[in-house]
Amino acid sequence: MAETFTFELVSPEKLLLSNEASMVTLPGADGDMGVMGNHAPVMTGLRPGYVEATLADGSKDEYFVRGGFADITPNAVTILAEFALPRAELTREVFEEQRAIAQSDYEAHHKAGDEEKAANARTYLDQLNHLEPTLLPA
Amino acid sequence: MASLKDLRNRIASVKATQKITKAMQMVAAAKLRRAQAAAEDARPFSQRMDAVMANIATAIGDDAASAPKLLAGTGSDASHLLIMCTAERGLCGGFNSAIARLTRDRARELLAAGKTVTILPVGKKGADVVRSEFSEIMMPVVDLRDVKHVGYENAADVARSVLDMFNDGRFDIATLFYSEFESVISQVPTAQQIIPPTIAKVETDESASASVMYDYEPDEGEILADLLPRNVAVQIFRALLENAASEQGARMSAMDNATRNAGEMIDSLNLTYNRQRQAQITTELIEIIAGAEAL
Repeated sequence: MAETFTFELVSPEKLLLSNEASMVTLPGADGDMGVMGNHAPVMTGLRPGYVEATLADGSKDEYFVRGGFADITPNAVTILAEFALPRAELTREVFEEQRAIAQSDYEAHHKAGDEEKAANARTYLDQLNHLEPTLLPA
Repeated sequence: MASLKDLRNRIASVKATQKITKAMQMVAAAKLRRAQAAAEDARPFSQRMDAVMANIATAIGDDAASAPKLLAGTGSDASHLLIMCTAERGLCGGFNSAIARLTRDRARELLAAGKTVTILPVGKKGADVVRSEFSEIMMPVVDLRDVKHVGYENAADVARSVLDMFNDGRFDIATLFYSEFESVISQVPTAQQIIPPTIAKVETDESASASVMYDYEPDEGEILADLLPRNVAVQIFRALLENAASEQGARMSAMDNATRNAGEMIDSLNLTYNRQRQAQITTELIEIIAGAEAL
């Protein structure tokens, strides 16, 4: 049995999960990563996608996250997400809403002539579009 | 001297008022519970955020030149932005005026010291209080009247406009004014500087050395660039939630007082009413008896 560590998932509104976990898979900025106990300290940004936590008792929890970052230390993983939702609650409506937010962000930045922010928003929008089939199989 | 009928009307009207204040108190109590729970739910996030901020700030160190302006400040303190968060509704005791007063005093102080001041009011009640004095340096009110439960999105909107102003170089220092929720009977008006943030120094050697070993993905600068604006939003969000709880607490105790006052008023009016009625009966009796004796 692998060593367990404290896994916490917090969104600005509330603490979604705080539990002992043996492994967490998260969508890091530079690629998906699996984290187990005694991981080297890493701070990473997050792409939108799924966080999968294997809890100490072997059960699995899945959450959709958008924005934010993960703070990984040898004995704890804390995900601070701008938006987080249990996978079961991610419906098409919620997804469309998220996409609409991204779209309007992009347009606002684009109109304001802030190309850098517009590019960021564009990347994010592309990520969401790219994820769609995985997130919501038709 | 008011007639019996006048007194009766008076009592009826005070009773009606008491019913309203009583109802408002109960509504506030119910809303308070929800607001308090929301404020507590949001606490872990801002705590973790503070910890991470402190970590990164120590990692970057005192090398102020390389640190982003949002963290280290612009190096000047000539112009200030005061973000004043108040409620959208009145009838909550001294809640709004306490925050407005704190903001006003700070604004006067800064103006007297020759600084430039801009006020960004969130919530219209506080804006009404300071409008007469500072109308020319006030920005349009951020209206949250239609928002039933303050969400992170609301705070993010406010933060976005604040950050845009900062990037345009329109202020150097931003201070957030709100009311800290301590308990139902005590709400403390608070001023908190959010740009540049005041970061608690990491005291223990252990955490300081831990922060040195951090790996950053993609890299420190990019994470920080993402983190700092988010921190502003989180702080504003926290202030709005604390405010929401404070407002309901303040309203609850204000309405409790009003209800009690109305009760006292009804008692004393009832006393006057009964005395007068008694006096009238006595007078009538005397008239009847005097009439009977005269026969």
